[in-house]
Amino acid sequence: MRRILLAAVAALALAALPGAQAPAQQQVVNVYNWTDYIDPAVIERFTAETGIRVRYDVFDTLEALEGKLSAGRSGYDVIVPTAEPTFARLLRAGALRPLDMARIPNAANLDPALMARVANVDPGNRHGLIYLWGSVGLGMNAERIRALAPDAPLDSLSLLLDPRHARRLAPCGIAVMDSATDVLPSVLRHLGFSPDSVVPAELEAAQRALLAIRPYLRSIPSPPALLEALAAGEICLAFAFSGDVIQAAGRAAEANRGHTITYVAPRQGAQLWFDVMAIPADAPNPDAAHAFINFLLQPDVMAAITTQVGYPNAVPGSLPLLAAEIREDRSVYPDAATLADSFVAGTPAAAGERARARVWARFRAGR
Amino acid sequence: MMRAAGWLALGVLVAAPLLIVLAMGFGTATSGVPPVIPPWGAGGWQGSLEAWGLVLSDSFYRDALWQSLRLAFITGALCLVLGFGMALGIAAAPPARQFIWLALVLLPFWTGFLLRVSAWVGLLRDSGWVNTMLMQAGLIETPLRMLHTEGAMILGMVHAYLPFAVLPLYASLARRDLTLEEAAADLGAGRWRVLFTITLPLAAPALAAAFLLVFIPAAGEVVIPELLGGPEALLVGRAIWQEFFQTLDWPAAAALATALLALLLLPVAAFQRLAAR
Repeated sequence: MRRILLAAVAALALAALPGAQAPAQQQVVNVYNWTDYIDPAVIERFTAETGIRVRYDVFDTLEALEGKLSAGRSGYDVIVPTAEPTFARLLRAGALRPLDMARIPNAANLDPALMARVANVDPGNRHGLIYLWGSVGLGMNAERIRALAPDAPLDSLSLLLDPRHARRLAPCGIAVMDSATDVLPSVLRHLGFSPDSVVPAELEAAQRALLAIRPYLRSIPSPPALLEALAAGEICLAFAFSGDVIQAAGRAAEANRGHTITYVAPRQGAQLWFDVMAIPADAPNPDAAHAFINFLLQPDVMAAITTQVGYPNAVPGSLPLLAAEIREDRSVYPDAATLADSFVAGTPAAAGERARARVWARFRAGR
Repeated sequence: MMRAAGWLALGVLVAAPLLIVLAMGFGTATSGVPPVIPPWGAGGWQGSLEAWGLVLSDSFYRDALWQSLRLAFITGALCLVLGFGMALGIAAAPPARQFIWLALVLLPFWTGFLLRVSAWVGLLRDSGWVNTMLMQAGLIETPLRMLHTEGAMILGMVHAYLPFAVLPLYASLARRDLTLEEAAADLGAGRWRVLFTITLPLAAPALAAAFLLVFIPAAGEVVIPELLGGPEALLVGRAIWQEFFQTLDWPAAAALATALLALLLLPVAAFQRLAAR
C-alpha cells in the first residue's frame, strides 16, 4: 500500500514537473500501467522530445484495469494489460482500438518469435505490441532454505507444493501472490494437467494440492506487497513474477540487511506472460497514444526500462545496450531450454473463470 | 422549494443508484463494454434470474455474508463499549475541555482513510515498529505475527469506525438531565446502579443509533480486511469485488449487493420499532 501511495506521489510529481505551466492546448497522453513498471526518466524524455504531457497512473492487479475498461470511458489512452487473460478478454469485448502501424514504425524492432506468442489471441498482432514480458516462478533466500531443508530441490515447484518441504520452510516464511490467473496454471501443470484446465476433477486436484500447503503459508499478498515482504526478509520463499523478485533482490542488496534473494524459473516449465501496450477503443487522445507507444519501442528506451524494472523487453536491438550482468542474467532473460519448456496460459471462458476463482477463494480461506 | 430540493437529492443520490443496482441483478453477463445486458431492452423484458439463483444457491456467498455480519457485529459492539466510555468522559469534562476532546476524536477524519489503515500495516508487520521495539527491549526473540490476522482486522475496524459511535453518544449524554442521576445517588444507588438503571436506559436510542452507524458501513467494508486481515477473511465486500472485477459478472455482484442491503435493513427495522415504543 505504501508503495502505491509512493507511486501516486511520484506520478503527481511527474505530472507537475515538465508541463505545469504549459499552454492549455498542450497534448496529453493518459497512461495506465503496472506499479513499478517503468523508468521515470523515460517519461520525462518523452515529454521533452515531443511536448506531449504524460499523465501516468498505475494499477497493481489486472482486475483493477479490466474493471475500469469494462465500464467504458476510462479516459486512458495507453494501457498495458497482460496478453492472457485480460488483453484477450478486452479484445473479445471490443474494448480495444486497432493500432495504426504506419504511426508505429518502431514496431518493426520487436522480436517476431515473441510477437507470435501473442498472436494466438490477437491474430496479426493488430491490437497490442509487447511492452515487457517475464515468467512466474520462485523467489527465494536460498541460504535460509538450505539451512531448513537441505534435501529440497531449489529449481522445482515441489519446493513449494510438496508439503514435506513447505512444512519445514514455514518458520522462515512462505508467501504465494494473490492471483488465480498467475498461480493456478503452474499448479495444474505441475500436477500433469493442462495449465488451462477447467475440468472439475483437475481443478479439485489443484485445490487439494494448494490446501495441503496452505497451513504453512504466512500470507497470500498482492504482488507489490509480496515484493516488499521478500525485500524486507520477512519471507524466504515466494511464488511471484520474475521481475518482482529481481526488484526485491535489488532492494535487499541496497538495504544491505545480509540476505540474498534469487529468482528461479521452475524446471518443469515456467508460465510466461506478455504485457502488451494497447489503446482503448474510446481513448481520448489516440494520436498521442501512438506516439507514446512508438517512443517506448526504441532500443535505448527499452534498455533503460529493463534496467530499471528487471523484466526483459521484446526489442532485440536493446540487448547490446544492456549491462552484461542484466543481459546475461538468466533470471531476467531465460535461456533457450527454459523458453522451450515454458508455456503461455490461455483464457478460460466465464464459467471456467468462476470455477477457478472459487478454487482460489477456498485456498485463501484454507478450507 | 427546500422540500422539493430534498426529494430531488434523495431521488438522484439514493433512489436512482439503488434502482440501478436492483435492476442490474436481473441483467445478463456478457462480453462487452459494459459487460452486461440490461433486463429491459428494445424488445421489452429480457432479464434473467440467473444471478439470483447463483447468489442464493451457492454456500460460498452465504459464508461471505455471515462472516461480514459477524465482523460488523463485533466491530459495532466494541465501538459501543469504548465509545460509550469515551462519550461519558467527554460529557463530564468542563465545557472548554470538551471541545478539545471532541476535536481529538474527529482529528483522524481529516487524515486520509487509506493512510490511517496503512499506518497500521507499518506498525504491525513483522519488521514493523511494534515488533522492532519489543525485540530491542528483549521481550521477544522472533517477531509476533500480528499483521494479516483477525485481531489486526478488528483493531483496524474499531479504529476506523469509533468516531461514528462516539459522536451520537456524546450528543445524547451531554444533553442528559443530570438531576435524575443525582436523585438516584441521593436515594442510595451506587455508581454502577446509577449507570445501569438511569444513564444507560436513557441513552438507549443513542446507543442503537451509534451501533447502526458502525454496523452498517462495517458490513460492507473491503479495504480494512484486505490490508489488515488474513487471507481467510472472505467477506461479502471481497465477494462482490470478485464478481465485479474478476469474473466480470455484474449481475451477480449486483444481486449480492442487494442481498447485503436487505440483510442490513433488518436491524434498521428493529431500531425503528425500538424508537417507536
